[in-house]
Amino acid sequence: MKKSILSVALATGLVLPAFAQQQITVVNFGGANANAQKKAYYEPFAKTGIQVVPVEYNGEQAKIKAMVETKKVSWDVVEVESPDVARGCDEGLFEKLDYSKLGGKADLLPAAVSECGIGIFVWSTVMAYNGDKLKGTPATWADFWDLKKFPGKRGMRKGARYNLEFALMADGVKSADVYKVLATKDGAERAFRKLTELKPSIQWWEAGAQPPQFLVAGDVALTTVYNGRIDAANREGRNLKITWTGGIYDLDYWVIPKGTPNKDAAMKFIAFASTPQAQAEYAKNIAYGPTNTKALAQLDAKVLGNLPTSPANSKDALQFNLKFWADQGEELEKRFASWAAQ
Amino acid sequence: MTTSPLGRQLARADRRRKLRAFSLTLPLLAFLLLTFLVPIAALFQRAVENPEVAAALPRTVAALGGWDRQGVPAAEAFAALVADLGSLPDSADAGAVARRLNTDAPGARSLLMGTYRALPLDGDADAAGVRARLLALDERWAEPRYWQAIAKNGSRWTPDYLLAAVDMRRDAAGQVERVPEDQRAFARILGRTFAISAVVTLCCLLLGYPLAWWLSTLPARRANVLMILVLVPFWTSILVRVAAWIVLLQSQGLVNRSLMGLGLVDAPLPLLFNRLGVVIAMTHILLPFMILPLYSVMKSVPATYVRAAVSLGSPPLAAFFRVYVPQTFPGVGAGALLVFILSIGYYVTPALLGGADDQMLSYYIAQYTNVNINWGMACGLGALLLSATLVLYAVYRRIVKSELSLG
Repeated sequence: MKKSILSVALATGLVLPAFAQQQITVVNFGGANANAQKKAYYEPFAKTGIQVVPVEYNGEQAKIKAMVETKKVSWDVVEVESPDVARGCDEGLFEKLDYSKLGGKADLLPAAVSECGIGIFVWSTVMAYNGDKLKGTPATWADFWDLKKFPGKRGMRKGARYNLEFALMADGVKSADVYKVLATKDGAERAFRKLTELKPSIQWWEAGAQPPQFLVAGDVALTTVYNGRIDAANREGRNLKITWTGGIYDLDYWVIPKGTPNKDAAMKFIAFASTPQAQAEYAKNIAYGPTNTKALAQLDAKVLGNLPTSPANSKDALQFNLKFWADQGEELEKRFASWAAQ
Repeated sequence: MTTSPLGRQLARADRRRKLRAFSLTLPLLAFLLLTFLVPIAALFQRAVENPEVAAALPRTVAALGGWDRQGVPAAEAFAALVADLGSLPDSADAGAVARRLNTDAPGARSLLMGTYRALPLDGDADAAGVRARLLALDERWAEPRYWQAIAKNGSRWTPDYLLAAVDMRRDAAGQVERVPEDQRAFARILGRTFAISAVVTLCCLLLGYPLAWWLSTLPARRANVLMILVLVPFWTSILVRVAAWIVLLQSQGLVNRSLMGLGLVDAPLPLLFNRLGVVIAMTHILLPFMILPLYSVMKSVPATYVRAAVSLGSPPLAAFFRVYVPQTFPGVGAGALLVFILSIGYYVTPALLGGADDQMLSYYIAQYTNVNINWGMACGLGALLLSATLVLYAVYRRIVKSELSLG
């Protein structure tokens, strides 16, 4: 009896892996974005015979670094923000991508193509307000700073990134010149001085889910926010509005941590997620712009009107300057901590 | 020392007993060593370790040895840099050096990686030619600050992270100086960390003392039931409790609506995303750590002492404060120390409930670990926090001189 149990156990142990479907772990930022990815990417991709196990994280590149350095890589595909693509690639944390296996570069936005990461979607940090509560329509960052015209608190992300750019635009710097000005000593000084004007009225947010809550609860009159979060709140029946002028757009990227045992499956997943069909499906589920330009043809005007990539919305937008923040980010964030404590 | 057979036997038995007792504690000692002492030692080591530049750019560091750290260095340094970068086995090594130098000289990341990607340089191999080509590639190589950063980090060990944790730095010549005003942050943040912790400890004491006293006077059955009410929040996840406080304290939340409904205030009070919200939530989360030690000490204080004092003519209040309270000091000390030390390390609660100037030191440690990937700086701040806590603990032991100890 004992022997037979053993042999059955052995047999199943040997046979099962052959039947078991292959699976890969895909790491995302959670929230509404994760739900849209599930619908557009994970579930359809499972039909190819490779299951996707979604994991959420909050952008901690330290985790990838720890995995790669200890050679125990359990994440196969990771969504990362643009500063982390460049830095992680420089430091050898990611596999280099072979674009011939990913459907080529021709249909992709130029910004979506990088050595180690391929763009997933375009998102934007914009100004937003509650259409049911705010009187008037703020049009520029100068309006965001105008406490007389729009009394009430202002929601802003805790940190220097984006806020310094917004401050300069509010101070009259043209969006095309923002990074040129910010790179100078006087420019950084000017941005912090402008931010100081607003300091007593700022309610800081930490997570992307917070600003829509602030608006719905009436805690703030205006806030900076990731545009997809506003779209997600409006799908739940809110009337939140976006002012696109002076928004800062950026991309999120897929990367493959170096040394993953499932690299082939990971490449297949990324290739699938970069097809126009999958990207169009994604954009229908959350208002982030596709990186595959062919996906736009499959979207109707209503969806396009909410995307940061549509011509009307991107007219006065500013592209996030990756190189500037990779160089100056640590110093500016420290200066922000010092400024906040004053 | 005895030489009789019986004495020897006794001594041997005694030794064996002691050995057995010691071997029983071995698993615990090994556990402590692995999970406590080794990580702390590693933390301190990482706070002073500086391997990147020394490992990747040895020839450049040597070539900069005689440089006066003013102006542009000699052409040999340029040639050595190109040779060093060219012989790096992997681009990851260049990335590590670029990151290290960028913390000292912002901009070094793009400068170094741009140069690394442009290699090999073609043309003349002599030093002057290399220098001309490098300056043509990126004119920032003419700025001394990048070379100063390389020269400064040539050694495998550095005090820089620890200095930076107390708002100091070494200038180009190696002299220690304070960082400029707009970069000074950590001393204030450390002070803020201790201030918030002290306020939370005081609030816990003011709220917890009467409650613990009341619990200790109740019959055991009722005290146990009420103790469960203290413990249920204690067993609930911190994130759940923080989320609950957001619901309660927001401007349209339960607290503000009740206050306005009662006509006590006209506009909602700002209870959230400021210092007040942080203190309220932290006090709530840490209250059990104050109540439990207080309760256990109060349970052991005989009620007869206060009665005796009153029967000898003391007014009840004076008897309480002069007879009862001093007997509970060990509980006050233990509870306060526990709450204070726990709150020093708080991170999630201030991050979610506080504003930009309510963040405690752990927030910045997490930021350096996760966002900037500057683990040397994270360890420097960690070492600062640990040392400051140990100093405070030593001061506490000095003042209180009680038998209580936590380690």
